[in-house]
Amino acid sequence: MLNRSRYEALGLADIHDAVLAGDRLSAEDGLRLFACPDPLAVGALAHHRRTALNGDKAYYVVNQQINYTNVCVNGCLFCAYQRKEGESGGFKLSVADVMAKIEANPCASREIHIVGGCHPKLPLSFFEEMLGAIRGRLPETILKCFTAVEIQHFADLESISTAEVLTRLKAAGLNMLPGGGAEIFAPNVRERICPNKISGQRWLEIHEEAHGLGIGTNSTMLFGHLESEADRVEHMLKLREVQDRTNGFSVFIPLPFLTENSQLKIEKPLTGMDELKTIAVSRLLLDNIAHIKAYWVMLGIKQAQIALYFGADDFDGTVVEEKIGHEAGATSSQGLTRAELEEMIRGCGFTPVERDSFFRAV
Amino acid sequence: MNEHTASGDVRAALDKAANGGRLDLDEARRVYERADLFELGAAAHAVRLRRHPEPVVTYVADRNINYSNICACGCKFCAFYAAPDQPGGYVLERDELAKKIEETLALGGTQILMQGGHHPGLPFSFYEDMLRFIKDAYPIHIHAFSPPEIHYFSELYGMTVAEVVARLIAAGLDSIPGGGAEILVDEVRAKASPNKCTAGQWLGVMEEAHNQGLRTTATMMFGHLETPRQRLEHLFALREVQDRTGGFTAFIPWTFQPDHTAIEARKLTSPEYLRLLALSRLVLDNFDNLQVSWVTMGPKIAQLALYYGGNDFGSLMIEENVVKAAGVSFRLSRAEIHRLIEAAGFQPRQRRMDYTLVEPGCACGKPAADAKGATL
Repeated sequence: MLNRSRYEALGLADIHDAVLAGDRLSAEDGLRLFACPDPLAVGALAHHRRTALNGDKAYYVVNQQINYTNVCVNGCLFCAYQRKEGESGGFKLSVADVMAKIEANPCASREIHIVGGCHPKLPLSFFEEMLGAIRGRLPETILKCFTAVEIQHFADLESISTAEVLTRLKAAGLNMLPGGGAEIFAPNVRERICPNKISGQRWLEIHEEAHGLGIGTNSTMLFGHLESEADRVEHMLKLREVQDRTNGFSVFIPLPFLTENSQLKIEKPLTGMDELKTIAVSRLLLDNIAHIKAYWVMLGIKQAQIALYFGADDFDGTVVEEKIGHEAGATSSQGLTRAELEEMIRGCGFTPVERDSFFRAV
Repeated sequence: MNEHTASGDVRAALDKAANGGRLDLDEARRVYERADLFELGAAAHAVRLRRHPEPVVTYVADRNINYSNICACGCKFCAFYAAPDQPGGYVLERDELAKKIEETLALGGTQILMQGGHHPGLPFSFYEDMLRFIKDAYPIHIHAFSPPEIHYFSELYGMTVAEVVARLIAAGLDSIPGGGAEILVDEVRAKASPNKCTAGQWLGVMEEAHNQGLRTTATMMFGHLETPRQRLEHLFALREVQDRTGGFTAFIPWTFQPDHTAIEARKLTSPEYLRLLALSRLVLDNFDNLQVSWVTMGPKIAQLALYYGGNDFGSLMIEENVVKAAGVSFRLSRAEIHRLIEAAGFQPRQRRMDYTLVEPGCACGKPAADAKGATL
């Protein structure tokens, strides 16, 4: 931890004191942290909070990601992964294809993460069948599947409520929702980057609904496109509000926007400094979400390593197959083994802890 | 390594260094092993700001030209060389060399960094002629021949190191790059690069070059077969020579890249790189400049490294073959380097090998009028 005098000089002594006392920070505090020119000062505060919450542990999970289709009706401007139905390069996996991928995975995953595009034709029964088949084969594995955006899409296709969709999927084996599709909640940005996607408000409602049904969820934020720092702060505080009521979010995952293959042209793409500051501010504002993920697929491995000092405590998993971030231009390698992850985490100065989807050590 | 708060003796050493005091080996070891990463960075940045109060980060526009990849050395960490009897070896032709230099000048470059292997079959006149050929035709700074090459020349051609250096200077050599230092501890060199010059010979070449008026840089490649203690020994050996000569312009540490090499090692992490960078800023109290390594660490960590003691972004690297051969492929344009430096909170300025500034929009090679340039 850095000297208090350093924070006095930066005009942030009150935030320093609040962080040390464990007090809640305001939206304005978040903006002042973003405006701070000294990245180490912000990082040290975030590291203090991170250490108070998670000690020197850095978590990882042995998981498998499966993307069942890239066909999507939403047409979000930042997405390099989507295809229209019938467009070349589009694909759709059958339940048998999904099972074959799971069988082909050499390590027994603790978690299976399944997401896809909003396919115009796949019925809810297809997903119930998929979950049932996996559950039959892997009774203990946590099934973390379908973003709130997909849940709403299923409900619309079937003309039923999202509560009913969630209830039916839970009965078929669903344990958790991943945090994708949150993007940025601010309506004026959302309508420019993903006009056909559910609103931020709706995303929050579906997650709250899931929490009420005993389905835990993750949370995300896509940043570094058209949003302001104030939009990022507002996004974090909206998550904090829901979490105060439900305590259903396991982790917050800040996702840097990768510009390479997206239709969205960004004037000033993110740099590494901005990524670290955003991760650090999220650790400081989200005082009721225990974990912050350094998603190495999007950040790059070296940035994810140092992010463990800027508030993050989770290194994500041994990602056997990941497509969405790589289509967007992610240059990280496709998979990390358990031994590689543990060695790397120790090299960073932390104690590796293998976890399940709910951050219980295994 | 991840102690949240440094204990008293560590903090005392950090304060001492931040205030301009000199660390001994014991203090440096304590700091390296136990200092909090933020306190370590803050102390290193304080040293950097004492030395360079202006919020400027410099870089050089140059081109790495590997005049040959034929090498009799066979270092285990190298993925670039071809042994003399192997296929795939080359010696650059004059017209290719000329083309590369012309392209460098056209891109606003001020210097070429020229290194090769230990080629057993070329006469010494090849090198002298190459230097004269360049100097006669182009207004460009020649930063060339790392100490292992110079030492190899002295053995191969039966001359003293002083004689080799003097003849290369006479032919047009302007400065010597700090490559081939790897780890300046013979026990490590015997394992990693058994046929390369010893630590004493490396330092001896640099001291001789400094005595003959050449400036040089110094490097360290860490994270292969050395211990943390041996990294410290490397820094202290450099500091000792610098006390006598003042000839080193900069220190440039980078991490070993193990892909496609004969050494199996874990890739060092970014926190380990930043620790070593910051430590070197504290130990090398007689070095003006520290370069960050975007080539091995990537642009994101290079930005952050500007708060861990680094004040120079290294080179535009118009061409880089050796690290690329080991599987690393970060590429940056001048505009991107400017953007990264600015986003980190500094002003980018192009410099020459001796750290004088190039006036914006001018790459003519004349010294900058800016008086501050002299100290940067």
